[in-house]
Amino acid sequence: MSFDVDIDKTVRSDQRSFRLRVRFRASAKRSVIFGPSGAGKSLTLQALAGLLTPDSGRIAFDGEPLFDKAAGIDVPARARGFGYLFQDYALFPRLNVRQNIAFGLNTGLRNPSSRVSGDAVERWLDAFELGEVASQRPAELSGGQRQRTALARALVHSPRALLLDEPFSALDPELRDRMRAELDELLQRIDIPVVMITHDPEDLAWFGDEALYLRDGAITEAPAVPERRVSTRVRAI
Amino acid sequence: MDSSVWITLALTLKVAGWATAINAVLGVAVGWLLARKQFIGREFIDAVLTLPLVLPPTVMGYYLLVVVGKRGWLGAWLQGSFGINLIFTWQGAVIAATIVAFPLILKSARTAFEAVDPQLEKAARVLGLGEWAVFFRVTLPMAWPGILAGVLLVFARSLGEFGATLMVAGSIPGRTQTLSIAVYEAVQAGQDDTANFLVVLTSIVCIVVLLAAGRLAPRPHVRS
Repeated sequence: MSFDVDIDKTVRSDQRSFRLRVRFRASAKRSVIFGPSGAGKSLTLQALAGLLTPDSGRIAFDGEPLFDKAAGIDVPARARGFGYLFQDYALFPRLNVRQNIAFGLNTGLRNPSSRVSGDAVERWLDAFELGEVASQRPAELSGGQRQRTALARALVHSPRALLLDEPFSALDPELRDRMRAELDELLQRIDIPVVMITHDPEDLAWFGDEALYLRDGAITEAPAVPERRVSTRVRAI
Repeated sequence: MDSSVWITLALTLKVAGWATAINAVLGVAVGWLLARKQFIGREFIDAVLTLPLVLPPTVMGYYLLVVVGKRGWLGAWLQGSFGINLIFTWQGAVIAATIVAFPLILKSARTAFEAVDPQLEKAARVLGLGEWAVFFRVTLPMAWPGILAGVLLVFARSLGEFGATLMVAGSIPGRTQTLSIAVYEAVQAGQDDTANFLVVLTSIVCIVVLLAAGRLAPRPHVRS
């Protein structure tokens, strides 16, 4: 898998303006974009997913252009075929776990019924041990269950890559390491390319086969946190 | 009580029902545009559409006469092209009630749409949904309680519309005379019995509407 990115985007809110000017190639199975908050990580990931339209530049996945300002190409988010895990998971609050997971399996005008079933739904309920809470709403779930529901929802229609936005920041610190191990094991099992953005050096150590450092809207050469040697991988498995 | 009261009630419900239906569609559409789309003059449009809330209903009625009256620019065209006349008709009363009540649904719908987390809409897009599906499966259901509250306000406001309706549709018993106008006429004519009955009837209708609203509105804390 490889992302080729060369984009320019200026976002303005009130008096402030922020310029994102990133150019990189991510070709590892698991790439981590690492940087402090406000560096433009979320904007970058959203641009990859098609949720943010750059002002200019190009984005390609495995050589296939997803965005090319000059050529007038902008594949909509729904057609890019990526799974996206939002920082706070963005689960649909009025739908139960089952409906959330099945959400993308039909793209018509009606939501799946509260008893929606099917091989794919059952398989992911099973794989993530969500069977017991299948008919509960997101508000009734634990942090870990919420994350697994969001992951199942993203994986159910076999995306060609998974984009993860700070996947552990919404969890309690003591839960984080367990979930890192779980996600690590899962990603190896389903063998899917991953791009993760994070400000946590631990995430970088776990998932950064390839590391990109983002600071003030640009990719930088040097590690943003020199005190941590990210090349030494800490692996539980 | 003679049967004309029931004709008045039926007419009132018909006018309020149409005004509510039209406003539900227009209010949701315009409320969504104002909440989700950036364009020049957005707040100006919001202000103009909110005018009926602050202008005296008689002023609104006068504006309507200027526009849809027999010599109004829209009214003359409708008359000349289609032979349609809106003045002193129940359809005219619907237009008056629709415009006067519109700000209520517009405000409710815009606020409700603005409260929907855009992240959820993004999540739906990444999951493969087109923009119509995002609207009907995510945005509208999330905004629905606020919109429903606006719809009920519109119905209540349309039910009681007086000033603009009187100027545009007049007070023709059985044809354009609604409950609130009938109450006024009864009091003017010294028919206290009729006035009393109409007042109680109007109150009962409003209580029924409120009770229905309570049943329709989703209860946030009920778990399946």
